[in-house]
Amino acid sequence: MSASAEATVLITHAVGLHARPSVKFTKLAKSFAAEVEVAVAANGPWFDAKSIVKVMAAKAPKGTMLHIRAKGDGATQAVKALVDLVQRDFDEDADHARSA
Amino acid sequence: MRVEGIPASPGYAEGPLFDLDQPPASYKAKASAEEEQAALVSAIGKAVGRLAALVETADGDAAGILEFHIAMLEDDALSGPALAAIGSGQPADAAWRAALDNEIAGYEASDQDYFRARAADLRDIRDQVLRALSEDSEAATPPGAILYGDDIAPTRFLETDWSIGGGIALKRGSTASHVAMLARSRGVPMVVGLGDEAETPTGAALLDAERGGIIFSPSPAEIETFRRSASTFADRQGAARTFLTEPAVTKAGTSVRVQVNIAYPSDVDGIEIESCDGVGLMRTEFLFGKTLPDEETQYRAYRKVLEWAGDKPVTIRTVDAGGDKPVPGFTVEETNPFLGLRGIRLSLKRRDIFRVQIRALLRAAIHGNLKVMFPMIATPEEYSHAAALFAEEQAALAAQGVAHRLPPLGIMVEVPSVALAPEDFADVAFLSIGSNDLTQYVMAAARDNAAVAHLNAVRNPAVLRLIAAITAFGRERDIPVSLCGDAGGDPAAIPALLEAGLRDLSVAPAQLAMAKAAIADIPV
Repeated sequence: MSASAEATVLITHAVGLHARPSVKFTKLAKSFAAEVEVAVAANGPWFDAKSIVKVMAAKAPKGTMLHIRAKGDGATQAVKALVDLVQRDFDEDADHARSA
Repeated sequence: MRVEGIPASPGYAEGPLFDLDQPPASYKAKASAEEEQAALVSAIGKAVGRLAALVETADGDAAGILEFHIAMLEDDALSGPALAAIGSGQPADAAWRAALDNEIAGYEASDQDYFRARAADLRDIRDQVLRALSEDSEAATPPGAILYGDDIAPTRFLETDWSIGGGIALKRGSTASHVAMLARSRGVPMVVGLGDEAETPTGAALLDAERGGIIFSPSPAEIETFRRSASTFADRQGAARTFLTEPAVTKAGTSVRVQVNIAYPSDVDGIEIESCDGVGLMRTEFLFGKTLPDEETQYRAYRKVLEWAGDKPVTIRTVDAGGDKPVPGFTVEETNPFLGLRGIRLSLKRRDIFRVQIRALLRAAIHGNLKVMFPMIATPEEYSHAAALFAEEQAALAAQGVAHRLPPLGIMVEVPSVALAPEDFADVAFLSIGSNDLTQYVMAAARDNAAVAHLNAVRNPAVLRLIAAITAFGRERDIPVSLCGDAGGDPAAIPALLEAGLRDLSVAPAQLAMAKAAIADIPV
């Protein structure tokens, strides 16, 4: 049987899902076996959350509702971990957020 | 010969020009598609290896950028299209270039500064692999040189030894690029937007990244003047740092408000709000760069700056296109554009476009302390027409139940008619002197014509008299008056401005510390 999960999270980081946060986001996504995808609209298009090229191409600025969905082993954990990362502003301190 | 540009990181550099746009050495084609693919994979690996070595020695910001480049290069989604193209017969270099150019075009088409600025990163990634492919040990940058070209790759910046000086002079480029950010944090002088030259300049050059310009093939007299400016800059900069975080006060104890001028919403990312009294001028022309921005894009841009400023005022100027700032699909071609359909004249002519900006401003106003001003006002009717449009759009938003607020509406004082008869404008909320345009109109000397640059002097008694008259009028009628032209940040002009009665200046962020230091020296 294969699990699946889906969630939506608001991007609050100053410049959105940009270069440095994308690196963290895709690295975290890759740590799960599940297939993970993101979209900036509920009806897609969906991008591979493990590919930084695709995630950057989504060009999600601050204020975007980011949709995350996963399928397969650890799907629930993957979605939860990624939502947490976005809610923590990608663990970027104020210094980094300013100069990024 | 001096060419004007936009300062991206203040300072002075003197040295030989280094051409950033030299064509890379050519790639030698392989015998089969498999070998071409293997060559590309190995070149990508080599580029990653070089970046990983650079990460070792890089600090926070720089390391973050390099890690981003590595992550992009290691992503199969980036090389996939190129490998497929090689499979169908293309050589590795052409396939890689085409695949990356396609990605780059996607970033360039973004309506957001931040993502558009990433095109430079993608070009860097592209060229690193092309370099590795052609096995060309490209000419290294000589230390102390002024790097001159279209744009510069972040890795080129990081590979360059800046310890003995040098600087960056770009024909295009952006003050929001990664390199501009790095240059500011490392104190490397940088100027962008110099435009094209008929012939590629060579030899020695003088880079003035304080005012924004470069002098090619300088004369001995120019070198001497330049060195004097460079040395006083270094002295002032050292002394000024202590003033940055303090409120500006003259020698006599008079408080002066010092705000900043910004052109891009991302400009505020590099400024501590504590170091200034707000934004005295936010230009909005940048939003109108290639295409007309929609309401949402504008709303987000204004909101970002308002939220950054907190309860400090942010004065946004409605679009000042025309003159030397054409916008395709908006401005018109004219033989005398500085005296033509520009600023508020154009906005009132193209109300469909103006109304979009007005709605975005009304909606953004709830996120901070917004003030809005109109550029190029010449008659009271222009002000009332513009204010009426604000009232109309406000009523429409209220009817739709959209959150909004009507900000105080003021005008720029840059057309001499306003400066000469300010009593006709007694109902505006504030006055902001645009000293660049006011000077060019009073002196009949175009800002963009080097042949009449000597006439374009804000310290001419006629210009100063008008500034003093406006300031006196404002004090008498209780209308706040500020100044947001280049003169406000020029330590040589600040004494005359304060003597004319001004107590509110708005300056380029890089000039903040120096302006405050200059104010502290003035006995008024």
